[in-house]
Amino acid sequence: MDMHVLLFALFAVGAVASAVLTVTRRNPVASAMSLVAHFFMLSGLYLTLEAQFVAAVQVLVYAGAIMVLVVFVVMLLNLGNEHRLQERSSLRSVMGTLIAALFAVQVIITLLAHPTGMNAMSPQALTIGTTESIGQTLFTTYLFPFEAVSLLLLAALIGSVILAKRHVK
Amino acid sequence: MPTTIPLDWYLMLSAVLFVTGVIGVITRRNAIIIFMSLELMLNAVNLTMVSFSAYNGNIGGQMFVFFIMAVAAAEAAVGLAIVLALFRNKQTVYVDEVNLMKW
Repeated sequence: MDMHVLLFALFAVGAVASAVLTVTRRNPVASAMSLVAHFFMLSGLYLTLEAQFVAAVQVLVYAGAIMVLVVFVVMLLNLGNEHRLQERSSLRSVMGTLIAALFAVQVIITLLAHPTGMNAMSPQALTIGTTESIGQTLFTTYLFPFEAVSLLLLAALIGSVILAKRHVK
Repeated sequence: MPTTIPLDWYLMLSAVLFVTGVIGVITRRNAIIIFMSLELMLNAVNLTMVSFSAYNGNIGGQMFVFFIMAVAAAEAAVGLAIVLALFRNKQTVYVDEVNLMKW
């Protein structure tokens, strides 16, 4: 079997398994750890797509920064007795799950019936994923969105500090 | 020749991952786990963006991934601050116990 196919299968199975674990674990810390595994699997998938910089940023930002924040909040909150962690399944959530699963089945059926016909990556794929080309595009064509995002992050920073403050006067 | 994997495989995989996140949001009651399921959905979309970018040879998809990551980071900070404020006021993170605005 081809090496690329093998790697894709490995990361895909790992990603789906860790995603399912994230959603089904009762303990939030176990969920968070599965989510970290999921982010590493996605980073591997980005590497199979020759997107090296995105893969590195995925590990740094998601597995590093965001998950530390989540685990910190989980530890900070005293989540109480174990029996309160029981999830009740209602008719509504069962229906929602079925409809959501139907969506995935529809996408898969559509893609099987009408394949996109793109069977190999573009020859430029090797060059666009590098740090050099990403940086060049980010600071020329996408300069304005980049600045807008920095403003958004500033707003989020101020907002979260105000929200998490103990006494808002 | 980079790879021989069709684009469809990546699209199907990310559809499955997205739906896993949706199911998490629908079925779970713990606000932190709902939040993590949202991250799953954002990441499934990121995977679609990167695969279209690689198969079309267009860098725009990877740029979008950066902006989505930045928005996700902002959302993480504000969302967790809201969970903290919620816990401080109601002593719970279970979303069905927070029904003050439900009629």
